Amino acid sequence: MAITDVPAFAHLTDSDIESLAVELDAIRQDIEDSRGERDSRYIRRTIAAQRALEVVGRLMLAASSKRSAWWAGTVTLGVAKIIENMEIGHNVMHGQWDWMNDPEIHSTTWEWDMSGASKHWRFTHNFMHHKYTNILGMDDDVGYGLLRVTRDDKWKPFNLGNLFYNTMLALGFEWGVGLQHLELGRMFKGRDDRDATMVRLREFSAKAGRQLAKDYVAWPAVTSLSPGATFSSTLKANAVANVIRNVWANAVIFCGHFPDGAEKFTKTDMAGETKGEWYLRQMLGSANFEGGPALRFMSGNLCHQIEHHLYPDLPSSRLHEISVRVRQVCDKYDLPYTTGSFLVQYGKTWRTIAKLSLPDKYLRDTADNAPETRSERMFTELEPSQRRGLKSAIAAARARRREKRVARRDLAA
Amino acid sequence: MALPWLKRRTYGTVGYVSRTGASRMGNAILKLGQELSLGKKYSSSRPAAVLTDTKRPKVAGAGKHRGWDAARALAERITTPLLPDDYLKLANPLWSARELRGRVLEVRRETEDSATLVIKPGWGFSFDYQPGQYIGIGVLVDGRWRWRSYSLTSSPVTSARIITITVKAMPEGFLSTHLVGGVAPGTVVRLAAPQGEFVMPDPAPASVLFITAGSGITPVMSMLRTLARRDQITDVVHLHSAPTESDVIFATELAELERSHDGYRVRMRSTRTEGRLDLARLDDELPDWRERQAWACGPEGMLNDAVRVWHAAGIDERLHLERFAVSKAAAHGEGGSVQFARSGKTLAVDGATPLMDAGESVGIQMPFGCRMGICQSCVVPLLDGHVRDLRTGAEHEPGTRIQTCISAASGDCVLDV
Repeated sequence: MAITDVPAFAHLTDSDIESLAVELDAIRQDIEDSRGERDSRYIRRTIAAQRALEVVGRLMLAASSKRSAWWAGTVTLGVAKIIENMEIGHNVMHGQWDWMNDPEIHSTTWEWDMSGASKHWRFTHNFMHHKYTNILGMDDDVGYGLLRVTRDDKWKPFNLGNLFYNTMLALGFEWGVGLQHLELGRMFKGRDDRDATMVRLREFSAKAGRQLAKDYVAWPAVTSLSPGATFSSTLKANAVANVIRNVWANAVIFCGHFPDGAEKFTKTDMAGETKGEWYLRQMLGSANFEGGPALRFMSGNLCHQIEHHLYPDLPSSRLHEISVRVRQVCDKYDLPYTTGSFLVQYGKTWRTIAKLSLPDKYLRDTADNAPETRSERMFTELEPSQRRGLKSAIAAARARRREKRVARRDLAA
Repeated sequence: MALPWLKRRTYGTVGYVSRTGASRMGNAILKLGQELSLGKKYSSSRPAAVLTDTKRPKVAGAGKHRGWDAARALAERITTPLLPDDYLKLANPLWSARELRGRVLEVRRETEDSATLVIKPGWGFSFDYQPGQYIGIGVLVDGRWRWRSYSLTSSPVTSARIITITVKAMPEGFLSTHLVGGVAPGTVVRLAAPQGEFVMPDPAPASVLFITAGSGITPVMSMLRTLARRDQITDVVHLHSAPTESDVIFATELAELERSHDGYRVRMRSTRTEGRLDLARLDDELPDWRERQAWACGPEGMLNDAVRVWHAAGIDERLHLERFAVSKAAAHGEGGSVQFARSGKTLAVDGATPLMDAGESVGIQMPFGCRMGICQSCVVPLLDGHVRDLRTGAEHEPGTRIQTCISAASGDCVLDV
């Protein structure tokens, strides 16, 4: 079962964890002290460019009836929506730009271009997901109550559809995100506070209604006035643009916590958790992917998921330089730093989801030492000499398991 | 490192409480949440939080013209969740009524350390302000919008479409120095709507006394210009003090005004050679001061003297004051008196207690979430005073929004909760 004791799992003493916290705090302080004109220009230009791109996409859709123009407009609009949601919306709502004191680019005022309400996202994401990251039963982002993404969850026949549900979730991701806070599961079981649910339902419907009216009524109607477009051509283009955004956002977010090596935790990890232990949990529970400037930008800098989880409110544009220092800290404390290429990381999330659609008897690994979840019990068989730090210990445990398998195979032969 | 604020638990029973009507339930939930310690029970419990609604943009000048409002509502159908302004301002920064903006057309040097900024306001600015009022002005410095208030020195003329403020660079005043010396024509600034009670009524009283010193002349200049334009200068006496003659802002204009209007008399006082004006001996300067409506603006000491003198004469109602108060952060680690503006409560808080805890201790429903500074659920406007970030020691100034869970009072402050 998932990690129940973070310090024991991490092979660190209390004083190690304390100094780890001091080092990570120092990085935060350096970044906060050096925020300035350059950062503020970056976000203002990003916002301006995104809005211009959106207008260009809409114009292309209105201007020409050529198939190529339709695709160009649709993809442009999809890209604009991705940038709005990821590099701008998600990060602004995290308060990454609150320090500028600009009421138009502020966590308390930003409403984003998707069906879910910002207010609900700030609860489910900023609070629940970022505070209780990967804690089973607390962080609903672990499977969204729909997917089995760790064998810590008991298998149910429902899980046979894992691959299908994930495909559906990816295609309609904005609706998954938007409905998350309504906690439909609880609502149908009657385990919710009905008044609070009704308030949320009203807030959600108002936001979603405006979004639907914009993409599927107002814009198609406006562009149908142009000889180059029809109501239905724009409607279809907007739907496809939304799906492009949904699939990409889903992929990036899944790469953050579901590739191999992103750990899961139990509620006991939170008992009296210090800041250092919280930092540790964020590092162990997140995974990065590697990419150039374009991929970084298009992922809203969430390819630096580890750094984002350590410092959710520091500007996204600085995460790349932060990552260099965080890697050094990981090396110093012999901690793993989970990363890989985007396709490999994304492939691993699908692999896990595919595997976990099966009952446990078809799975080789136990929940104490599986790709998607481990616990401190995986180290019980190791000699003390093999346990310098977590990264070495994981390598030792892996080597030992390989030896055992070879021995068993030899025996069978 | 033991961090008490991190260890506070908030396992409540409901996942979410809407802000309205939350105050009743809020405290009960909070208490319950704190009592449910770990290890006992949390299997089916959900963490609680109180979130504020996402603040929707307000459009300045909405509701004045029905046609425009309708066009706007229609355009918003295709720009939601943004406003048409959010796109139009990309073409011209002044084409937005979402935030009042203005473009600096000219920075005119008045004296060695003061300058007049001529500003062309953008959409939504209303020119029907009253002479003597001040505006908030936000300037982008090192990536941050910094706000200060300055008296308008222009006269409210709708047809002019420009406003002016006059700023004196204060030795310790970071922003005033920037405005006098560092703002280039063309710079876009943010504006807050004109406000203030220190105003000249229309029609003006028959006899008027102005007592000003230094940059305290600025609101009075707007009044004088307005009185001149309305031809209401019947009997105005103006006592103005400045360190030396060359420090007098608007010296030429005041002299010209005196020459062209028989009803206007100005007495300049160079305090470096003549000493300060002693208001207790005002009879020597102006025997009939008691009969006049007086407007005074200048240093704190002068205004306090004026209050005393007018009070002693039993004519408090004839004295109008404007104080240019500048709030400063307290010495490191010192708390202060914290006022919660909406709930009307005030209490003394030390410099180590998070403002969220302080508010909750007197039963105020503070918005809250993670209680560790990461989720931004608790962000509220800081109306006045300074607060300090308990994690980094960074000071936040009035006009910013702050996270109450990791901020403590740094001197007296006022929160919009």
